[in-house]
Amino acid sequence: MNDENILEVKNLNVSFRVRGSEIEAIHDISLNLKKHETLAIVGESGSGKSVLTKAFTGMLEQNGRISHGTIDYKGTRLSDLRVNKQWDKIRGKEIATIFQDPMTSLDPIHTIGSQISEVVVKHQKKTKKEAKKIAIDLMEKTGIPNAVKRYNEYPFEYSGGMRQRIVIAIALACRPEVLICDEPTTALDVTIQAQILDLIKELQEEYKFTIIFITHDLGVVASIADRIAVMYSGRIIEIGTCEEIFYDSRHPYTWNLLSSLPQLARKGEELKSIPGTPPSLYKKIVGDAFAPRNQYAMSVDFKAEPPMFKVTDTHYAKTWLLDKRAPKIQKPEVIQNLHQHMLEMTAEN
Amino acid sequence: MNNSDRETLLSIKDLEITFGSGNSKFVAVQDVNFDIFKGEIFSLVGESGSGKTTIGRAVLGINPTSNGQIIFEGKQINGKISSKEKFETERKIQMIFQDPSASLNERATIDYIISEGLYNYKLFKSEEERVNKVKEMLEAVGLLPEQLYRYPHEFSGGQRQRIGIARALIMNPDLVVADEPISALDMSIRAQVLNLLKKFQREQGITFLFVAHDLSVVRYISDRIAVIRAGRILELAETEELFKNPIHPYTKSLLSAIPIPDPRIAKSRKNIVYDPSIHDYSTKKPKFIEIKPGHFVYCNETEAEEYKRDLK
Ligand SMILES: Nc1ncnc2c1ncn2[C@@H]1O[C@H](COP(=O)(O)OP(=O)(O)O)[C@@H](O)[C@H]1O
Ligand SMILES: Nc1ncnc2c1ncn2[C@@H]1O[C@H](COP(=O)(O)OP(=O)(O)O)[C@@H](O)[C@H]1O
Ligand SMILES: [Mg+2]
Ligand SMILES: [Mg+2]
Repeated sequence: MNDENILEVKNLNVSFRVRGSEIEAIHDISLNLKKHETLAIVGESGSGKSVLTKAFTGMLEQNGRISHGTIDYKGTRLSDLRVNKQWDKIRGKEIATIFQDPMTSLDPIHTIGSQISEVVVKHQKKTKKEAKKIAIDLMEKTGIPNAVKRYNEYPFEYSGGMRQRIVIAIALACRPEVLICDEPTTALDVTIQAQILDLIKELQEEYKFTIIFITHDLGVVASIADRIAVMYSGRIIEIGTCEEIFYDSRHPYTWNLLSSLPQLARKGEELKSIPGTPPSLYKKIVGDAFAPRNQYAMSVDFKAEPPMFKVTDTHYAKTWLLDKRAPKIQKPEVIQNLHQHMLEMTAEN
Repeated sequence: MNNSDRETLLSIKDLEITFGSGNSKFVAVQDVNFDIFKGEIFSLVGESGSGKTTIGRAVLGINPTSNGQIIFEGKQINGKISSKEKFETERKIQMIFQDPSASLNERATIDYIISEGLYNYKLFKSEEERVNKVKEMLEAVGLLPEQLYRYPHEFSGGQRQRIGIARALIMNPDLVVADEPISALDMSIRAQVLNLLKKFQREQGITFLFVAHDLSVVRYISDRIAVIRAGRILELAETEELFKNPIHPYTKSLLSAIPIPDPRIAKSRKNIVYDPSIHDYSTKKPKFIEIKPGHFVYCNETEAEEYKRDLK
């Protein structure tokens, strides 16, 4: 493994068995996660964001398996782990996940405090008394007011935003190296979302963990990501730094995603949307998965799968448009001066 | 257009809605005042639990009101009204729900779901006329006539929301209450549904009360916006005015929290937190005051003076 990386994924395929047939939810994904970075994964629902990250923690459902490729984490080949006992050393302890709905991670019949302490006792080998102190400390760090009193309350006594803070506190109790955030703010109000995002950033400063942040909200991505991977139909179709993806994207699907931002629509004009639907996983994909919806598709797109073309050392896109022989295509006008446009939108008098 | 020249379709005056009674009495909505003009998209934005749905349901006559008036086309429609009037209003004001899956009868065909209101109100003379109406509607919302005899579970979330829209709009309503109609949908499908609502506003002059929490969408779709918090409307203005010159500190906080899809802006922005205790309403009570033409803020006279001073 390269020293700068904490996680390396090579040519990963994940498939599920459904009613006797095999469907491929992740197709040929290669990805390096750099220590201490925040990598955002964006894409429409069903594009494979959750499945990809579940493969990193051995949480694929019974009918799912890694059908090809490798996942390496700090010298451990995760893709070879089979039994839960092996995964217990990784899951939660080294790589922790927080999900969209905090209630799925909390036990409704135990107090908030006892749930955090339990994790501390288990993972940090502390006594109950020490664990309680650490738990209260974590509650304060994650912004729970009156932590001493609220230690003894139950999940139902907490608001949605407060519960998500607790889930973060529990995740951090194990001092993980990698924190996977699977749409942690999607169900929250914008003001609460902004606070949780700030909190995650502050905690990352302090505890120096690496973040994989899954979301479909490009606004959230812009505020949190160092790098962005765009997924479509189980593939990473473009990856680059946050600025490269927003200001210099190369894949027509990324262009479509950006063009459909409501902030870019002019009053009186229609919002741009992507015609058609993503391909069904039940049909074998020939060529470029995005070809049927791609207004710039060429005949090669329907025949051969494009490789990841290099744009810069940090920026890659999986589209035949980057082939030397392809015609030069300008990205859509609405996103050509995205920054200028957003500045005008946010300007206050 | 000057607001005084505009025709008011719906007028809400001093609305109060309470749930429960005695010790468990809970005031969900109070002091709410606004007018919706004919042909506009009027948005109600606020966080969850702020009372948006409660107001929408009161307009539809589902939630009883404890105080105030809801006036539609010049007539009061809340409180005691005759069942004939209620029946007629129920046709004129239609609803589009947030969750297209939960709001469609799974056992009925699309044809029946869209026609149900037509049957209830006998809005057709012949079977042929009914089928034609349904087919026209289906086409208007971007579905295909051959899908008429299918069942809801055979449709995607976005298509189900189109069915919900068809069912409401086939009634030829004057006002449509759309309660978070796109929250459950994917980004690219949201755009399609919003375009559809805009189309009905433009082509048929339908008025919308649009309930939402996503401010970037609201900015695109609305003519005017009311910001609601804890059952009270705190600010009301034309869309661009509200975004460019927010006055109430809560609105400022809400706007500062919208994630901006631009890394250079997003990474340098500061989140403004709203502290309700800054208002001292112990001596001077707050009310809805027009700080500048068409721009209303819930504040007391002292605050109103400050807000006006800060304008220039
Ligand atoms: N256990 C499973 N069995 C069959 N298909 C699955 C399973 N889990 C996920 N999938 C499919 O894999 C695809 C990717 O799903 P997911 O990763 O959850 O998408 P998202 O990007 O919304 O997180 C979807 O088409 C989904 O239906
Ligand atoms: N039928 C009801 N009985 C009791 N309380 C209710 C009822 N409906 C709504 N509420 C309460 O009224 C408040 C406003 O709710 P709602 O209008 O649904 O908010 P929003 O739509 O803005 O999220 C909330 O505190 C909610 O719990
Ligand atoms: Mg997911
Ligand atoms: Mg609601």
